[in-house]
Amino acid sequence: MTRSPNHPLKQLQDIHRMMERTSKFIGLSGLSGVGAGLFALAGAALAQWYLLAGGLNGYSHSLHYWPAQPHPWGWSPMVFYSLDAVFVLAGALTSGIYFTTRRSRMKGQAIWDPLTKRLLLSLAIPLLAGGIFCLAMFYHGFFGFVAPATLIFYGLALINGSKHTLHDLYYLGLCEVALGCFGLFFVGWGLLLWTIGFGALHILYGLLMYYKYER
Amino acid sequence: MKGIISQLRKAFDHRIRLGVMSMLMVEEWVDFTHLRDNLEVSDGNLASHLKALDREGYIELRKQFIGRKPNTSYRATDKGRAAFIDHLAYLEKIINLQRGEQ
Repeated sequence: MTRSPNHPLKQLQDIHRMMERTSKFIGLSGLSGVGAGLFALAGAALAQWYLLAGGLNGYSHSLHYWPAQPHPWGWSPMVFYSLDAVFVLAGALTSGIYFTTRRSRMKGQAIWDPLTKRLLLSLAIPLLAGGIFCLAMFYHGFFGFVAPATLIFYGLALINGSKHTLHDLYYLGLCEVALGCFGLFFVGWGLLLWTIGFGALHILYGLLMYYKYER
Repeated sequence: MKGIISQLRKAFDHRIRLGVMSMLMVEEWVDFTHLRDNLEVSDGNLASHLKALDREGYIELRKQFIGRKPNTSYRATDKGRAAFIDHLAYLEKIINLQRGEQ
């Protein structure tokens, strides 16, 4: 064998690297996680403020707040929570898209390719199912289970999507699922769960990813 | 048998050709720009390697329009896949041989 000893091994490493690069979307910026987390914290703060203004303190009845008399702000809980949810969702999506496109542009990568589509699709399927599930629970009056269920479905979506992107997303997904399962036994603490799951965990994860891959 | 192996080796001997095949093994229909950006090569360079792989019958191409832009994407043929897997086995064999020598 006259070839240099590490030649075939290096070829195999190259092949592995190429396959990984092709099959994984690595453009998701950690900062988008931080942005989403901040919006979630803001949304949770608004909800808490709303509950306090309505004469409820603490978390114990957070999602069960269905007052006999109108809320002093003039918004029914349904309207308020929906608006709050839309605010958080829009903020999280905007910061996600902003930081990710910025990162892709800096690295000169295409953003809208088959990989991104596959990642979004695998995220969207559990999320959509979870969304419908939660709406149905709202409809039937099981308010207490909505918060843990959103976390569980969101975590499953992340685990499902982690095949197409950084493996670290898998662990974030596991944390969300664990938190959601834990929350199923502490009904009424939904707001705190959301604050931890969508706020604190996102910020923590985002910062970790930022320092690990982007600096 | 020896002839077949040396032929395989020739087709995959270049980093870029190996890279193209690795990517096409995990992904169906990869377009030209995606290959180019991931392999960090010039258009002309990539095109000549793609032509070589096409000549071997290892890849096939599809031309289409996305909006008004022409788009060419590539896919590994069954023959290409088989050849690539053979090549992997060949690499593994060499590595094992070297381990044995040490």
